[in-house]
Amino acid sequence: MAGLELLSDQGYRLDGRKATELRKVQARMGVFAQADGSAYLEQGNTKALAVVYGPHEMRGSRGRTLHDRALINCQYSMATFSTAERKRRPHGDRKSTEMSLHLKQTFEAAVMTQLYPRSQIDIYVKILQSDGGNYSTCVNAATLAVIDAGIPMRDYVCACTVGFVDETPLADLCYAEESGGVSSLALALLPRGGQIALLQMDARLHQDHLETLIEAAMTACKGVSKVLDEVVRQHLQEGSVLTGE
Amino acid sequence: MATVQVSEAEKVYILHGIRDDLRVDGRGCEDYRHMEIETDVVSNTDGSAKVTLGHTAVLVGIKAEIGKPRPTVPNEGYLEFFVDCSANATPEFEGRGGEGLGTELSNTLYKVFNNKHSVDLKSLSICAGEHCWVLYVDVLLLQCDGNLYDAISVAIKAALFNTKIPRVHISTDEEGGKEIELSDDPYDCMRLNVENVPCIVTLCKVGHRHVVDATLQEKACSVASLIISVTHKGTVTCTRKVGGGSLDPESIFEMTEAGKRVGKALHAPLMKLLQQEERLGKKKQKVGFLG
Repeated sequence: MAGLELLSDQGYRLDGRKATELRKVQARMGVFAQADGSAYLEQGNTKALAVVYGPHEMRGSRGRTLHDRALINCQYSMATFSTAERKRRPHGDRKSTEMSLHLKQTFEAAVMTQLYPRSQIDIYVKILQSDGGNYSTCVNAATLAVIDAGIPMRDYVCACTVGFVDETPLADLCYAEESGGVSSLALALLPRGGQIALLQMDARLHQDHLETLIEAAMTACKGVSKVLDEVVRQHLQEGSVLTGE
Repeated sequence: MATVQVSEAEKVYILHGIRDDLRVDGRGCEDYRHMEIETDVVSNTDGSAKVTLGHTAVLVGIKAEIGKPRPTVPNEGYLEFFVDCSANATPEFEGRGGEGLGTELSNTLYKVFNNKHSVDLKSLSICAGEHCWVLYVDVLLLQCDGNLYDAISVAIKAALFNTKIPRVHISTDEEGGKEIELSDDPYDCMRLNVENVPCIVTLCKVGHRHVVDATLQEKACSVASLIISVTHKGTVTCTRKVGGGSLDPESIFEMTEAGKRVGKALHAPLMKLLQQEERLGKKKQKVGFLG
């Protein structure tokens, strides 16, 4: 019954997009001078700020040092004013801890950690405004921040959240769609090789639809990767113009 | 606080420079760094502002919610402050590392605003003793380069100026209970009068002189600092000494006078800028972090 409002008969969603259309992605790298790498990314109304420190010496428990590669440490937190209802604690609750672990898993697959043994890379992501697709926006922003920090990666990491309504996959869900009881799937992809870094779904979906949904997610991620590539090239061009190369 | 290591030679250099009224970046002792203010950055909130002071970046979001007034003052609303020192600023703030500094900052903010004149709390009352507006002022620290108090207070003033509280219509239903209706029209809102909102000025004592708007390096050379919150008329609402060193009464008096002077001079250009930005209305270019 929820599907009736989320996708109209003409194929338009709540915010006027078509089923496979992504929200507008705007990004900027090098937002903060003090951090090693930083990026700001907006996906529709969801705004995320990612900051990377590292690679640096292990901080805190030396016992967690890995002898052959770098340790990736992520923290996901939301600003207290980011959601419609004020959030009391920015981080430390179960959802944020889970998201932090997912981010860690995602970036361990992409960052070439074996180049920096016994060191630590910190990735901190902050959601300034939340309108659905929090995880995807975080991953996209963090990718740009890691690139801004100059840490080598195997490929861009692009993420997208897709949902399934009325036999149609919807790409890039907003908050209204996510909370409308849609089975949603979050996917993080390394676009060039088509490798999936993270796949998460916690809703009911018929097995037959799974393949279509993953296909739709991969297409959406490839679309995001094109935008991220544009942003990186623009940033480099601006940088080289300033240094006069 | 994010600290920076400064060598002895550097400390002497900074000290001698300040003695001659010339700081490392060429400013005088009572000059601020380049400040950028933008309001209405986060659309989810009722009011927001982003302030960049040198490398210090602060984002303030204000949410207005309906709550029960405090029992001692039933016909007033109130403000709640929360400062989040995010790990973005420095890795030391990861997890619970930033809580100490955050609590200290929010406690100072409570003291600064704990008077009848800063914000007109009576205008926040909806129904005496039953309902009132509670303004949750959330401060997010994004980058730390010294002088947090000043940046936070300017951001709070700008965000309060930007706050649009929806108008409330109270109607009585059949049983005599009160029903609160929020106006649907986004332009039908109440604005706050921020004329009397104070601005905090931090003065650091370096050697025999004091400096306004100290960077992290200058802070490392100072023995103690004085925090003064000043309104546009020059009234002081809160004074606090922070830091490990001790100050003699004469320097405190001198610093208070300087703080009042600097603080008073900060309000007029700030209000002018805020009103200018407001007048741009729809033509205003939303820059945020993308600029």
